[in-house]
Amino acid sequence: MESFFLYSAVILTAIIAVPAYRVIKGPTVFDRLVGTNAIATKTIVLICLIGYVFDRIGMFVDITLAYAVLGFVGSLTIAKYFSSENTNFRYDDRDQ
Amino acid sequence: MTEISNILTIFFVVAGIFFLLIGSIGTIRLPDFYSRTHATSKSDTLGMLLIITGLIIFEGFNINSGKLFLILLFILLANPIGAHALARAAMNSGLLPSFKDNNKKEDG
Repeated sequence: MESFFLYSAVILTAIIAVPAYRVIKGPTVFDRLVGTNAIATKTIVLICLIGYVFDRIGMFVDITLAYAVLGFVGSLTIAKYFSSENTNFRYDDRDQ
Repeated sequence: MTEISNILTIFFVVAGIFFLLIGSIGTIRLPDFYSRTHATSKSDTLGMLLIITGLIIFEGFNINSGKLFLILLFILLANPIGAHALARAAMNSGLLPSFKDNNKKEDG
């Protein structure tokens, strides 16, 4: 059963690499934030699976809970920061 | 009893990984910011809920499964709220969604 969790963690790591394309390539800053949110929420599940691989779920589940709370607070803070009328920041590769 | 719980765990984790894969593909394939938010928020939430449900079934009934259930409740509340806050920030910032009708009006 641990090998199943190990293979699931490897496949999930490959899935996490997919939204990194949107983080690098996204035309607006909100596309990049969507990519980082997708990566952060998949990392929560990945930490749980790594806890079962190492057979230390009692320690890793606390790390997962703290990571989820910090990611949610950071996401809300960044969304509030970018919700202004000034749109000069939106296309951050406009000059190219 | 353990075989039944293992089979249920494998089923839930595989289904959750399928939904996470669909959400990731939607993040890079869809044309607009709002449609990307639509894809990644809902399918990611469902996939994470399925995987953590599978881990709770594998764990049994003890303190760790209680903490996993708390993580499940928090994700169920926090992930759509974060996506909605980000979409509202984009709408307040003046980023318009792209429709086909906008191009038709410009042509006519």
